[in-house]
Amino acid sequence: MQKQFRNVVVASMAAAIVLLAAMLGGAQAPAYRAPRTGDGKPNLNGIWQALNEANWDLQGHAAGHGPVAALGAAFSLPPSLGVVEGDEIPYLPAAAAKKKENQANWTKLDPEVKCYLPGVPRAAYLPYPFQIVQGPQNIMMAYQYAGGVRIINMGPATKAPGDSWMGWSNGRWEGETLVVDVTSLNDQTWFDRAGNFHSDALHVVERYTPRSADTLMYEATIEDPKVFSRPWKISMPLYRRVEKNARILEYKCVEFAEELLYGPLSKKP
Amino acid sequence: MSHRLPALAVGLAVMIVVALLAQLPATAQTPASAAKAPAAAKAWMVPRAPDGKPDLQGIWSDNTLTPLERPKGLGAKEFYTDQELAENSKKAREGNVGEEGELGAARPNAVRYDLELYGFDPSKLRYTSKRTSLIVGPEGVVPPMLPGARERNAEITAKNKGHEFDSYLNRPLSERCILMGQEQIPMRPGANEGNLLQIVQGQGYVSLLHEIDHSTRVIPTDGRAHVPQNIRLWQGDSVGHWEGDTLVVDTTNFTNRTPFRGSSEKLHLIERFTRTADNTMVYQFTVEDPTTWAKPWTAEIAWTKTKGPVYEWACHEGNTMITTILRGARVADAEAAKKGK
Repeated sequence: MQKQFRNVVVASMAAAIVLLAAMLGGAQAPAYRAPRTGDGKPNLNGIWQALNEANWDLQGHAAGHGPVAALGAAFSLPPSLGVVEGDEIPYLPAAAAKKKENQANWTKLDPEVKCYLPGVPRAAYLPYPFQIVQGPQNIMMAYQYAGGVRIINMGPATKAPGDSWMGWSNGRWEGETLVVDVTSLNDQTWFDRAGNFHSDALHVVERYTPRSADTLMYEATIEDPKVFSRPWKISMPLYRRVEKNARILEYKCVEFAEELLYGPLSKKP
Repeated sequence: MSHRLPALAVGLAVMIVVALLAQLPATAQTPASAAKAPAAAKAWMVPRAPDGKPDLQGIWSDNTLTPLERPKGLGAKEFYTDQELAENSKKAREGNVGEEGELGAARPNAVRYDLELYGFDPSKLRYTSKRTSLIVGPEGVVPPMLPGARERNAEITAKNKGHEFDSYLNRPLSERCILMGQEQIPMRPGANEGNLLQIVQGQGYVSLLHEIDHSTRVIPTDGRAHVPQNIRLWQGDSVGHWEGDTLVVDTTNFTNRTPFRGSSEKLHLIERFTRTADNTMVYQFTVEDPTTWAKPWTAEIAWTKTKGPVYEWACHEGNTMITTILRGARVADAEAAKKGK
């Protein structure tokens, strides 16, 4: 009887040790573990902002002329090492030509100039803050620019009712990382002011990983078989706006684009 | 040795179980578990968000048959009886309810807009409370406008008269997709599409996405001071705080370009959000503007939880309305010029 008991105890001990080993060895211990929300998830609440030149051009480039001579150096192209892994955006040949054409005419063609919604991933690296409001069922990302907004569904994935500017986002947690799968984006947005564009077949997978108390690592894998020969990836840190009483403010930019869009239709004096 | 081994094993097993349990997220008390508590009151308790605050989250509709102002002849009658409510509902569903604005008893309309195109079925409208009007109190109507306000608003209209189609600057804000009528706060029901409201709550903030024009307010709930006085905003600056289970939101810093029923930039709006049942939120707003009304006035609307989805309303991106209207005006100008006017 005692021998049987002893065997059972040894067996459970062995099982427990195996379990413990699996827990510690199998899981990749992340460098930083974020504080948790009340429902046990990494806490991404806060106001965040990219601090780079990605909105000018995702790829690395030296400084250059701006588009408006009257604004001189104040609105010139700042230098950048770029945010594209491998620094190459793998356009299909026809699409590469369109990119060049976009770039040459960007002030006329860039939807940002018209105060159009920026789409994904550009919304994350516009030079303006955005706010993450994290609930258990839904995570809202409210972007200051043009009042852009999207809601990430954290429940079972749902299908988009149709194409939209900000796409349809389904999210899930992978350890410390918020993974967001974005589909049903329309073909109207650009990736940057350099004319990098996509079709309505765009599929973006984003990863938001807390890196420290006040930084997130943001990665986006971009896939669009109509425009690119393979998926490609961008990555960059996002920084918390730590000033007391930080807010995202109203930025209804339609007013600032109206003269450009409707000026020619005004009554001649 | 044979005695120490089982003890050691049990100790290790207990440690491991404790370590595993510590990995699990803390579970918030759910209404179900609250109900299971012995001798618990039958009264409904508002569910809690993970940070312990009342959970206001969900997709809400503020559609209702109740008009903003009390129908004439009802005097100080603030509530209908159940029978009156049923009779009015029947009348309303048999008649036209109009495109937006005052609903209530059926009234004949020469033109009926088919809003079912937008997925809006007026026959689904119902009263969401027994109130005879959304405006509370014995009068049930907007207080009369002060003479100064009447003049101020008349001046604005006069300035635009004869110039309504000169340029985009002369067109209404809704046509420019800067501020849709229904988007403007305080939030009022309207019998048309885009009226869904989605609330998402995170630590220290309650955010409200109004489907119309994807209008979003991210409201801090720490009762902080407003932004500086010189910063004026189309939708003002909203800051909130909790009073018991009610979210109270205070908004100031409006511009003078968004009159609410004739108000000025001095408009002060106080909104209260209280979830009173799983599927009901009571939204109450009080507006005061000493340059417009002699006294503040308050309205109360019961919101109903509803299924989504909330669609993206990309108003500006798809705005062919304003270009068509201005272009038409230029054609009319050219023709008038040709006729030698």
